[in-house]
Amino acid sequence: MAEAKQGNRWTMVIDLDKCTACQACVIACHAENNVPTVGPEQINMGRAQHWLRIERYWQGEYPDLRARYIPVLCQQCQHAPCEPVCPVFASMHSDAENINVQVYNRCVGTRYCGNNCPYLARVFNWFDPYFPEPLNEQLNPDVTVRYRGVMEKCTFCIQRIHAGADRAALEGRPLRDGDVVPACAQVCPTDAIVLGNLADEHSRIHEFVKSKRAFALLEDLGTEPAVIYLKGGESHVS
Amino acid sequence: MLAELPRKFGWPHEDNPQERLLLDPLPQEDMNRIMLRPMLKAGSGWWLVVALLSAIVLVCFVGAWAYMIRWGMGLAGIRRPVFWGVFIATMVFWIGISHSGTFVSAILRVFNAEYRRPITRAAELMTSFSLICAGMFPFIHLGRVWTVYYMIPMPNQRQLWTNFQSPLAWDLFAITTYLIGSTLYVYLPMIPDLAMARDHTTGWRHTLYKWLSLGWRGVEYEWHYLHMAIKIFAFAIIPVMFSVHTIVSWDFAMSMHIGWHSSIFGPYFVVGAIFSGVSAVITVLLVVRRTMHLEYFLRPEHFDALAKLVLIFSLAWTYFFFNDYLVEWYGGDWVGHQLLLFQARGPVAPLWYAMLLFNIAIPCLTLWNKRIRRSPIALFLITVGINIGMYLERYIIIPGFLHINNMPFDWGNYNPEWPEVSIAFGTLALFILLYTLASKFIPLIPVWEVLEGQLSHTRRRIGRTVVTSVAELE
Repeated sequence: MAEAKQGNRWTMVIDLDKCTACQACVIACHAENNVPTVGPEQINMGRAQHWLRIERYWQGEYPDLRARYIPVLCQQCQHAPCEPVCPVFASMHSDAENINVQVYNRCVGTRYCGNNCPYLARVFNWFDPYFPEPLNEQLNPDVTVRYRGVMEKCTFCIQRIHAGADRAALEGRPLRDGDVVPACAQVCPTDAIVLGNLADEHSRIHEFVKSKRAFALLEDLGTEPAVIYLKGGESHVS
Repeated sequence: MLAELPRKFGWPHEDNPQERLLLDPLPQEDMNRIMLRPMLKAGSGWWLVVALLSAIVLVCFVGAWAYMIRWGMGLAGIRRPVFWGVFIATMVFWIGISHSGTFVSAILRVFNAEYRRPITRAAELMTSFSLICAGMFPFIHLGRVWTVYYMIPMPNQRQLWTNFQSPLAWDLFAITTYLIGSTLYVYLPMIPDLAMARDHTTGWRHTLYKWLSLGWRGVEYEWHYLHMAIKIFAFAIIPVMFSVHTIVSWDFAMSMHIGWHSSIFGPYFVVGAIFSGVSAVITVLLVVRRTMHLEYFLRPEHFDALAKLVLIFSLAWTYFFFNDYLVEWYGGDWVGHQLLLFQARGPVAPLWYAMLLFNIAIPCLTLWNKRIRRSPIALFLITVGINIGMYLERYIIIPGFLHINNMPFDWGNYNPEWPEVSIAFGTLALFILLYTLASKFIPLIPVWEVLEGQLSHTRRRIGRTVVTSVAELE
């Protein structure tokens, strides 16, 4: 098992040409990862706890106005700025999945990682989580509920990565492309989000990342993200 | 021609010798009495101040903090992307104040500046007390303060270890080292004065000072070792002082946040810290002099000399400030420009202009004037203004800079909420409370140092002029 996992490089490809900014991924992420809803008052304070958000940028002036969308989540940097600044190793690089993990039990809540993340991908539990009826009945048993005072962020649905690997091991076969589908990719109506293992030469993303449209967010910072975007056209809003 | 000059402009260095403390000696017993009188009797005013400050500390600091621990960090106004707010700004402010003692005392001691003699103790005490205030904020700002021991490197069954790569871990060790070092440094020169207090008191105070003075008798070898130890500490504490504020600035400079990631932050913060620290020494000395009637020890010449230091550090801070700003501007980075425009035109603009007024305009326009440097009221207002300005500087650099980042969609405004303002205000009350309490237990003027200075200074007539001669003490 351990050998099979070694060298996995989980990578996500997001095709901006296909993204319609429908926000289904945002909702799916909340449901899958027990991310609390914080209510309108907190959201007005800028404390929306989305692990994944759709950023919308306007381009141009009124008659020729264009909107551009980009879903932004933790980029799972291979050279992550959040890791060295944490005094207690709560933000760590995981060798098995080659992603950046947050160890909730270790986190003391200095929030330094949040300041140092150039993608603003990290969200903080300002208060104890609150799940209004009937959301409290549908918490995911595979994911911890985080209490006040800890940082959290996208995990690439690491519980699904592990479940997929376990299923493959049970069936006595290597992990195949499609065994692991994170919540955001599962609900995406246009199939704009694809997660795969870059080490697997037969995976779909292996082709995608070679595309001329491929780019990484804030590439010049040298964080080596594991999220690759495919450039998209613009949609007219008029 | 040359003979005309003094008639026109006066003799700048030949002020009335009676104005200078070291040339105006009193018998030792009289000096002891001046120092001990305000210490030994506590008037109703003192009790009122202590009761008021204790109440403020209990309600505004302890109460608000307990309330925040119970309900969560969210009671503060911080939010994504501004994860650090008033707490960290106030921490940096107190660390800045703590540089007063070490700078005024250690550096002036190393350079044998004679005017330091009556003011070292009061300045060193500020270092210890402001470090206590500063040292609380790393706890206060934690989301889960009850797990703070995770940061201490000690073997444990959780198999956790400190990440020594993190500037926050460096911070922990730097502040602890500085607190221990500066406390020893304030204690050492205090021993002869504690022994003096022991010999002049009875009852529980006598017992207290007997223990604190470690059996000091004042024989020659004791003086010899004391001088040696003070000298070692004075030299050793200076690099610690520089490293502490440099490391505090590295909390920001080591990150990759735009505006923070600047190689000049180390010296910039050190200079700013000394600037605010020396100003705070003046403020505190003015209050001590007035309330404890120490006009004999603390004279215009001392405030004059300290105000000159403030002027120099105002200029140095100005240099660093414009250096930081201009380099960012010429870098041409779009986000960097937005950050600079945010300071000059954004929501923090009023604070930014107030900072420039308090830190540059007022000190640079006033402190060149000798009459202002010797006026207690003017100096009090100017130095309090400088510390307001320096607080604003920290506020602009820490939560202010975090408003702007590489992802324009996520820019956001931060407004402090009452719990954080209350806690910050509570530490100010705590600082004043500690100082007020200390004024009744610790001789705030090192009488033996003043006496030593007076013994080494004499006036001698050479030909037609009278000159001051200073004996080498070493």
